[in-house]
Amino acid sequence: MTGMIEIQHVSKGFRRGDNVVEALRDFNLTIEKREVIAIIGPSGCGKSTLLNMIAGLYMPSKGRVIYKGAAVTDVNTDVGYMTQKDNLLPWRNVRDNIAFPLELAGVDKAEREARAVAVIKQVGLDGFEARFPTELSGGMRKRACLARMMLYGAETALLDEPFAALDAQLKLVMHELLLRLAAENGQTVVFVTHDLMEAVTLADRVIVCTRRPAMIALEQKISLPRPRDVLNVRFTNEFKELYDALWERLRVEYQEERV
Amino acid sequence: MTVSNDQLEIAENEMSTGTGNLVMVLCQTALGIAILFVWQGVSGRLVDNFFISNPLDVGRRLLGWTLDGSIFLHLWATVYATMLGFIIGAVIGAALGIWLGISTFASRLLNPYLNALNALPKVALAPLFVLWFGLGIESKIALAASLVLFLVFLNTFAGVRQVDQDLIDGARLMRATRLQVVTKVIVPSALSWLFAGLRVSVPYALIGAVLGEMIASNRGLGYLVQFSGAQFDTAGVFAVLIVIALLAMALNFVVDIVQNRMEGWRIVSR
Repeated sequence: MTGMIEIQHVSKGFRRGDNVVEALRDFNLTIEKREVIAIIGPSGCGKSTLLNMIAGLYMPSKGRVIYKGAAVTDVNTDVGYMTQKDNLLPWRNVRDNIAFPLELAGVDKAEREARAVAVIKQVGLDGFEARFPTELSGGMRKRACLARMMLYGAETALLDEPFAALDAQLKLVMHELLLRLAAENGQTVVFVTHDLMEAVTLADRVIVCTRRPAMIALEQKISLPRPRDVLNVRFTNEFKELYDALWERLRVEYQEERV
Repeated sequence: MTVSNDQLEIAENEMSTGTGNLVMVLCQTALGIAILFVWQGVSGRLVDNFFISNPLDVGRRLLGWTLDGSIFLHLWATVYATMLGFIIGAVIGAALGIWLGISTFASRLLNPYLNALNALPKVALAPLFVLWFGLGIESKIALAASLVLFLVFLNTFAGVRQVDQDLIDGARLMRATRLQVVTKVIVPSALSWLFAGLRVSVPYALIGAVLGEMIASNRGLGYLVQFSGAQFDTAGVFAVLIVIALLAMALNFVVDIVQNRMEGWRIVSR
């Protein structure tokens, strides 16, 4: 069975001066439609590089990325990408930033503003519509980015440590929001994280990467029922077993890094 | 240029807390009057009137020109050439800056030629402009525009090159067309640079117009200062210099007002 996104024998190296730093080596992963995939691993292991290649911003040095049956050779406009850095346009206020993809698509002003205001409420930014990105906290900017990606309704959502900067409460709100909106829009979600709790809470499958060059160390199916209660799922026994098993493998990976 | 202006403003603010604004204005007026008195006193006694004229003669000359209206003809000619030169130079400079900023091929291709043109003192082009555009106001407009063009071009080009690649990638992922990337990401992002370029080039537009008039013309403040000098009319020269200084100050004042507006729209201050 062929998946929606197929990463086939992908390697990627970057030139740093005279030597080449290998970010990924012979990476293979198949992602099904509407699947939620969490990729977890030591920092700097090439997880972000993987997302960039799915988005078509980087090309693999070896191997190929297949998206819906076709090799990705240019910017992949079927994905929404939320990077670590919030890419809000500094000269637009929150509402106009969130409505930006609709504006690009030629949606008329009244409709796109109404839709932007609706999604702004959902991420709890109401009252800040007219603020500019520089006037927002880091967490608020992340929420604006998520709102923008959700409004735009891309088929696949790529998220690179989206909630790392948020406090625990807000994180849960955002998790709930992400899962609900992704389910409503039928989105495939690939997200990179440091946070194992987050990975197990959200994902259908957790991919544990080795340190650089990244290879898959472990793949764990998370068969917790959906829709998930992000607030309480962590207290179930199933969750605890999965979490412990994954943590054990991750610990080995981090220990190797320390040596 | 803007930095030194800001520093001046800070210095002024510090002074105003010490002495108070009204007192300072009075002191400035007193200094001006003192200079006029010294000038009047020195003229004809320590220094020959021929070289420095004197305030009374200069004042009479200004009054005379104002009453017969001749100064307004020259003033308008200079203002007109400055404004048109500024607009034409700014439009071409901005367009060129955006185009070359986007097109790596074109900017690399044209790079040596643009450097050479930029290094060339634009005044040296004046005879060419006279040949092409004649003795009328067109050649002055061309000279002013040539000065403005390069300043605006260089600033815009730098601004376009500074645009955050992540913002461009983000827009492309959101299905922006090439044109949309330019109009909705690159141009707005470069706008603060473009305005910085416009700001510094306003005085250069005036310089271009006045220089053009000095070289070959029959009207304009540059012509008048040249003509007065050729007649050994020192009072006339000083009178025109005062008019040019007032005009330059008025232009700066307009630029400041526009700048404040822009900051209100968040185009300049980020």
